[in-house]
Amino acid sequence: MTDTAPTEATTGVPFTLNGKDLEAKDGELLIEAAERNGVHIPRFCYHPRMESVGMCRMCLVEVDTGRGPGLQPSCMLTVTPNMLVNTESESTKAAQDGVLELTLINHPLDCPVCDKGGECPLQDNAFAFGPGESRFVEEKRHYEKPIPISDLVFLDRERCILCDRCTRFADDVAGDPLIHFIDRGNQTQVNTFPGLPFSSYFSGNTVQICPVGALTSKPYRFTARPWDLAENESTSTVDSTGARIVLQSSQDKLVRILGVDSDAVNWSWLSDKERFAYEATNAESRLHDPMMDTSGALESVRWNAALGAAVNALALAPSKIGVIGGARMSVESQYAWAKMLKGLAGIDNIDAQLGDGIDAEAIMSLPRATIDEAAQPGGVIVLVGIDPKEDLPTLYLRLRHAVVKDGASLIEMTPRATGLSEFASARIHTQPGSLGVIAQSLGTGMVGTSVAGVSARQLTDASKLLKSKRPVTVIVGRGNLAERDGYTVAALKSLRSGFPEAKFLSALRRGNIHGALEMGLTPGLLPGGQPLDTEIDGWITTPAERGLDTEGILRSAVKGEISTLLLLGSDPLTDYPDRNLVREAFDAVTNVVSVDAFLTESSQRANVVLPTTLAGESAGTFLNLENRLSPIRSKVTGPGQTRDDWMIAADIAAVAGGDLGFSTVSEIREEISALIPTFADIDWSEVDAAGDGPLIASSPLVGSDLRTSGADYSVPVPSGDYGLRLVVDRKMWDLGTMVNESASQSQLHTEAYAGLASADATRLGVFDGDKVAVTAGDHQASLAVKVIAGLPAGSVHIPFRLPGFDPGEAISASFPVNEVAVEVESS
Amino acid sequence: MSRLTAQNQEVAAEIISRYPRAKSALIPLLHLAQEQDGYVADDAMEHLAELVGVTPAEVLGTCSFYEMFVRHPVGKYKIDICTNISCQLVGGEELLHHAEETLGIRAGGTTDDGLFTIEDVECIAACTEGPCLQVNYRYEYRLSNSDFDNMIEGLRDGSRDDVPPHGTLGLTRQHIPQDHLAGIGSPETTPMPAWFESRQPEPEAEGA
Repeated sequence: MTDTAPTEATTGVPFTLNGKDLEAKDGELLIEAAERNGVHIPRFCYHPRMESVGMCRMCLVEVDTGRGPGLQPSCMLTVTPNMLVNTESESTKAAQDGVLELTLINHPLDCPVCDKGGECPLQDNAFAFGPGESRFVEEKRHYEKPIPISDLVFLDRERCILCDRCTRFADDVAGDPLIHFIDRGNQTQVNTFPGLPFSSYFSGNTVQICPVGALTSKPYRFTARPWDLAENESTSTVDSTGARIVLQSSQDKLVRILGVDSDAVNWSWLSDKERFAYEATNAESRLHDPMMDTSGALESVRWNAALGAAVNALALAPSKIGVIGGARMSVESQYAWAKMLKGLAGIDNIDAQLGDGIDAEAIMSLPRATIDEAAQPGGVIVLVGIDPKEDLPTLYLRLRHAVVKDGASLIEMTPRATGLSEFASARIHTQPGSLGVIAQSLGTGMVGTSVAGVSARQLTDASKLLKSKRPVTVIVGRGNLAERDGYTVAALKSLRSGFPEAKFLSALRRGNIHGALEMGLTPGLLPGGQPLDTEIDGWITTPAERGLDTEGILRSAVKGEISTLLLLGSDPLTDYPDRNLVREAFDAVTNVVSVDAFLTESSQRANVVLPTTLAGESAGTFLNLENRLSPIRSKVTGPGQTRDDWMIAADIAAVAGGDLGFSTVSEIREEISALIPTFADIDWSEVDAAGDGPLIASSPLVGSDLRTSGADYSVPVPSGDYGLRLVVDRKMWDLGTMVNESASQSQLHTEAYAGLASADATRLGVFDGDKVAVTAGDHQASLAVKVIAGLPAGSVHIPFRLPGFDPGEAISASFPVNEVAVEVESS
Repeated sequence: MSRLTAQNQEVAAEIISRYPRAKSALIPLLHLAQEQDGYVADDAMEHLAELVGVTPAEVLGTCSFYEMFVRHPVGKYKIDICTNISCQLVGGEELLHHAEETLGIRAGGTTDDGLFTIEDVECIAACTEGPCLQVNYRYEYRLSNSDFDNMIEGLRDGSRDDVPPHGTLGLTRQHIPQDHLAGIGSPETTPMPAWFESRQPEPEAEGA
């Protein structure tokens, strides 16, 4: 909430609204207090999630605080005791008439061709509160009709009523003030700097909050009329934040996603990746039919044939099968697959993480924080590894607000400067391989000397904050794919023992990864974080021994010990960090069965491809990074013969002669509640009802000792003098499958670059934009230099999955850290 | 057209050092850019954005708000002729027409030699002295047509050296020695000056 927004009521403030005696909360704005008591005051510029500015004057009401009645903007006015408010008086109505008449002076009457027509606050207010006619006969101001201000957003300046919502959002909320009021007086307009587009990750929010049709989004423009839309409240599965959304469809096709104001999660904001994710769902390239490789190429077949082939490929000893993926599915589908694989077939070589996450048991043993707990005023947030702006952008907005507006302190322990660096109280930028020892010095409070290149001063600053501020929330993700996750586990271990009351927020980024872990799609665990020897009613068997993670699966495949790979919506060939290992594994296995919605590089190599529905086409639930359970609803039907993921699990079980014992999503839910202790108290009707979903109970793993076998404190010695240590992380816009399949998003990524520390750039004598040769084994590329803020000397930052260079070629999962050679190109 | 020159970057650094927050220096820096090029160029705005740590859009927002900042090339001498009511009554319109005829350009235009730009402006607050105009914000009062011609002649042959090129505000540049700077540092942490504190009202006595 904004600073002026109400906190919990301490004392009621008595006031009179239209003759009725009411109570406002302490510090509550008049416009909010009226709204809560059933009186809607018209407004354009006021937005409950941003600071009031009183720009539009639409919310003028007659207020008497003892000095006689006068008109005051209700969005700028805190209710004071015994205030007399009249929203229906003659002078209020005259003010509303006047404001609307002036607002409409320059507003074109092109409602019939305007996207906003039908859901437009200006239309609604003009109809409900306006004078009905205008005395203005002069020419309206004219501008070039919509100009693109970014790749996703168009601006029609004629329609703009200068409410300052988009510019306030860009500056205050997103921190990307790339649009601004330009010129003055009658010529005032919103615009960008010439040649510098509004390329914010959050630009789509301005379209949603624009009270007129001035800002429209490229994907939605002219596709539907609001009154023709059907909608369903759902949850975004794009990343693990689990932002609440509304799915809107027209003629059985998704046409728009809007953010829902969920107080606990996303405050109505969405990243553009979440907002325009439906484009991939609608993509032409979606898989429609099951496919089989019968004669050297994949061909469409009937479900029966494909399921039979899949069952044949899986009719092996459990140890000969490896299963990768499952983070994209709903919790119900994840349970169905877990039951099929672990409970019927006894397979434990299952990993929903693709070598880019953190040890599942380590994550699951952490006491969980909620986003609200992390964002508490006065608290301290420790950011370990990730740059939330790239990985979990909607979470970034909450964290940014907590740090900038609510006075939370931030300590970052990341491989480079993040989107939040400018607000951080302590910036600890870790060289690859040093996260463990640095966290150790913080955890033990031994901060007197510099550690692994981090100055004693930074460590002391961080340590002071960690000692003085409460609560402590650690947000942890994998910041570097070229560095083993053991360093992150080591950091977690040190922070947990040093700050026993600290809570943790897992920033594993893949959509429903937390659901997958909870449902046991990870080696060594059954649903609910239970050990493998737990007996679960209705499960025929459980895996005899602990299975392998993705790295282990791929290594076994190379050795010939695993002959069938089952891919649950995953694309390891492009998404697994160690490119050579995954390539060799795919070359070695006999069978690949892929359950996917697209023909990815990996599913093209499959013998059997089973087409599945995506979020928006299937119903279920989603477990976000707080372990909050919220509904995924279906709005449209899946294309062709696609089936929901859980149905495919049930079908495979049935063809194999088994029975999973459920045939609807609600039957799965009943079974989950009955069999999994962490879900025992879940009221599924509460989950389905609108609002913030419930948090599931802590698993028995929480509080248990962190598995230490993976923790790594050793700082690796550099191998040679020209090697730079790789820092590989993800950008929000990359070549990821869902982004790549969206028409308007697929071009938003940049080219791969070689990010250098300024010291290394100086040493090499290169500047931004110069080309350097990057060599990894026999793989070489020429990349443009980009000097990266905060990157420690001796590191090179190359993002994952950008065109131009695949850092996966330089990553070997068997090394704790990885290096490449960076040399000046001889011209 | 161009970013700040190395010399002007030094001036910019000095200007920025006078303010507790770098972005407060934006308006004097815009004048500096305008002094360098005769107008505020896009590249200069991007450069200023880098110098004070804001986005170019924010610089443009500030720059475009003020009439004194011109974002397109103008003549060396920008002549603003008042045609508002007081001047109009005593021949302001006629003076403008004479200027247009003499220089061969319309109001808003620039002569081919790049010397003169004429603007038709509203009241410039010299109503008792009409018809009046400003050359690069230097006043000329009660002009007849021949006065105007003499002024143009003087500007052309350089005898009017009291008028610097457009964009130059003063003929001398202000330098504030570092030890004379006031209030540098974050406003939150800087103590109130002694003279300011002494002017604070005495707290009211108990029971007054």
